[in-house]
Amino acid sequence: MSELHRNSVTAVAAGLRARRFSSVELVRECLARIDRYQGALNAFISVTREQALREAEEADQALAAGTAGPLTGVPLAHKDIFCTRGVRTSCGSRMLDNFVAPYDATVVRKLRAAGAIMVGKTNMDEFAMGSSNETSYYGPVRNPWNTALVPGGSSGGSAAAVAARLVPAATATDTGGSIRQPAALCGITGMKPTYGRVSRYGMIAFASSLDQGGVLAESAADAALLLREMAGFDAADSTSVDRPVPDYVAALEQPLAGVKVGLLKEFFDKGLEPENEQRIREALRIYERLGARLTEVSLPYLPLSVPVYYVVAPAECSSNLARYDGVRFGHRCENPRDLQDLYRRSRGEGFGAEVKRRIMTGTYVLSAGYYDAYYLKAQRVRQLINADFIRAFQGVDVLIGPTTPTPAFELGAKTADPITMYLNDIYTIGANLAGLPAISVPCGFVRDLPVGLQVVGPHFSEARVLQVAHAFQRETDWHRRMPQGYA
Amino acid sequence: MSGWETVIGLEIHAQLATRSKIFSGSATRYGAEPNSQASLVDLGYPGVLPVLNAEAVRMAVKLGLALNARVASHSVFARKNYFYPDLPKGYQISQYELPIVAAGSLEIVLEDGGTKRIGVTRAHLEEDAGKSLHEGLPGVTGIDLNRAGTPLVEIVSEPELRSAKEAVAYMKKMHTLVRYLEICDGNMQEGSFRCDANVSVRRTGTQKFGTRAEIKNLNSFRFVERAINFEVQRQIELLESGGQVVQETRLYDPDKGETRSMRSKEEANDYRYFPDPDLLPVELSPQFIEAVRATLPELPDQKAARLSAQYGLSAYDAGVLSASRELAAYYEEVVREAGGEPKLAANWVMGELAAALNKENLDITSGRLPAAQLAGLLKRVADQTVSGKLAKEVFEVMWADGASADAVIEAKGLRQITDSGAIERVIEEVLAKNPGQLADYRAGKDKLFGFFVGQVMKATGGKANPGQLNELLKKKLGGG
Repeated sequence: MSELHRNSVTAVAAGLRARRFSSVELVRECLARIDRYQGALNAFISVTREQALREAEEADQALAAGTAGPLTGVPLAHKDIFCTRGVRTSCGSRMLDNFVAPYDATVVRKLRAAGAIMVGKTNMDEFAMGSSNETSYYGPVRNPWNTALVPGGSSGGSAAAVAARLVPAATATDTGGSIRQPAALCGITGMKPTYGRVSRYGMIAFASSLDQGGVLAESAADAALLLREMAGFDAADSTSVDRPVPDYVAALEQPLAGVKVGLLKEFFDKGLEPENEQRIREALRIYERLGARLTEVSLPYLPLSVPVYYVVAPAECSSNLARYDGVRFGHRCENPRDLQDLYRRSRGEGFGAEVKRRIMTGTYVLSAGYYDAYYLKAQRVRQLINADFIRAFQGVDVLIGPTTPTPAFELGAKTADPITMYLNDIYTIGANLAGLPAISVPCGFVRDLPVGLQVVGPHFSEARVLQVAHAFQRETDWHRRMPQGYA
Repeated sequence: MSGWETVIGLEIHAQLATRSKIFSGSATRYGAEPNSQASLVDLGYPGVLPVLNAEAVRMAVKLGLALNARVASHSVFARKNYFYPDLPKGYQISQYELPIVAAGSLEIVLEDGGTKRIGVTRAHLEEDAGKSLHEGLPGVTGIDLNRAGTPLVEIVSEPELRSAKEAVAYMKKMHTLVRYLEICDGNMQEGSFRCDANVSVRRTGTQKFGTRAEIKNLNSFRFVERAINFEVQRQIELLESGGQVVQETRLYDPDKGETRSMRSKEEANDYRYFPDPDLLPVELSPQFIEAVRATLPELPDQKAARLSAQYGLSAYDAGVLSASRELAAYYEEVVREAGGEPKLAANWVMGELAAALNKENLDITSGRLPAAQLAGLLKRVADQTVSGKLAKEVFEVMWADGASADAVIEAKGLRQITDSGAIERVIEEVLAKNPGQLADYRAGKDKLFGFFVGQVMKATGGKANPGQLNELLKKKLGGG
């Protein structure tokens, strides 16, 4: 096996352009690595072998002809939440095990237009509901750093695939931390853009007001390169925002001197493991050395993020998942007796336990007599959290803190108690509630397991967030570290 | 029913005449092959998102302005959640707490000729559901989603209607209005304009509303009247026999002429409304609203007032002629072509023409008899070429073979005789032929005057000018 997999997206794109290797070679290597490690990691739900090889040949022709786009020939994986025309799009659920999407999500379409090649669809928590990738109908994904541990979730398949260098990058989605938390637990970089920056069209909805597509890759530089292609207004998504997409790559090298960094007081709480905190403090010293000005910032409403999230997200999901009724697509029970039986058994069989739990929670909080007490109150607190962030950003350019309280945990460790599982997203949910761009970058190890540093910026400050992350990655090589056995 | 007062509120669903659906680009044409006008958005496929049709918003604003309502600068789409096979997403996108139109009113004409202003609580935009098909599908239910996502405006009245007749008058007036605004084709058979009626009764003089029943999906004026009358009777009988009305949804069965229970309040869905996170709030600027206002046509009430003032018509006639823009336009064209005679034109348009159209199940838009052609006949009535009575005969021929009035009059020799000498000669002949009647008349049997008129008309084939005939006959009979 060659060393091609050790290349970042940036290096792969450059190597292809320079014709140092071909797209077919690259794709073959990805497919070979997927074959080799799928048994151990279970990172993929579908591998699109023939299609990928065919597209790689076309890419090589385009590269030879000089008609290549910015990502021509670069292999990628898509989280199985993005609809891909002619390819099963399961969303990690039995409900959609038989669903072949008749169209491409906007993100898929844009990346294809830029020349990227899909090699497969990655495993995920069912309908993106989970923080450990244990709710997938296709079985749990394992963490390449230690296969007894979870990779995080819900984008666990994308994170494990990138961490094990099965693909140089993968798309992902983040509703409460589903990009950043697995990035932290797998030792890679995960970027969630501002809500509305990337089209949600064709991205199967979990919680529409929180869902945002993004990317998992080795570095902030790679994330910048991919996001530049993924971002932008889409008339098919009314919540996407019509403003120009800056050149994120060009903005990376801006000097950091004078940048004001806020330390989120609420993130350094008693739930944060001391060693994990130490890694963050060490990272902050690097930022100081680079000329950033550090101040402590307090967001008093932020600790309410988790309860607010677990009202709003289930409420939206209870409605979003009503379309899976066994009538038009997806799982349908055998021999329904009548309409109610069709609904009950199709949904009962098609959905897993965590999805059902959230549908029931969401149905409850929207019910007559409870709406005001739960849904409406949660939305009000959400406004307050948003206002907290906006106030904080009047004084600082970015906020920095940990991505997760602890490194990766064992499979099954938290499945019995949903609340402890939910608390794993305590530092990431705030950015979703406020719709802010945020990135997680590897910042060291705790007990030989990677941990992540999180950078959160004001709305549409992706360029700044990426720049701050990139500055750290120029000084460190944590993001270059690969798990043993996959190097 | 003495001792009881009826309280009715109507929820009218008007299908907006947009070319594409409210949240997708699919066509809205009626009667297409099942599921041929259902896109991935209409089918509620995973990952798809709604995009609001700006034309539907413009139409709702038009309605709001025509109802003198408050057009909201900020309105919000909400999801109404329930499971049904013809509802692909498991929720209907509607508006709930913040509708686009609120607090308007519509004036109706009562049976006694008086008017009454009926409050319109709100009007909101929403998408229609699909249809379940049973015919020709033994053992299974078919789903046609062509209608799913068709834009509707639901217009909710205050409970201020006090009889089935008032309810029908209100619904008719709203029907007229939406067609004036060209926001709905008003086709009730195809379900483009339909209503639910909330009906309750209370003892005369009491303030508190009785328990109401909601009668669903009434798609003709006749059904609205019958269903309400049946329901009122049912509720009164129930209450008078010591029973209680239960809050429920009822269906009207037009074959049996009765309403029957569909589901009770307890079985009612908890719709779990919440703002649709896939759609931004609809924000309308005052400039936009004013620009829409500038596109409003002359509205039915304005048109009726103008017809009345301009042509000296009664309020009733003006009201009938302004029932549709097309009818009023036709009327005004007849007057213009005839060079006046507005009263005569009104009588003919509302009388002979309306009856003839009605007989063939046509309306004024059919173009069956061009206005200029009718005007041609009215000119001949006005200049006394034909009598009013013979004009009806001319009309029938014109209707049957499309000829002009003058051609028919000439061909059939129906030109009125206005030559006094000619009429006098016929009178003299008639008197000479009937000496007995003449003697009786002169002896005081005044009633025989009509007999002589009849005889002269008969002899002239009805063509003698009636005024001249009367005058000359009187003279002859009086003097000799």
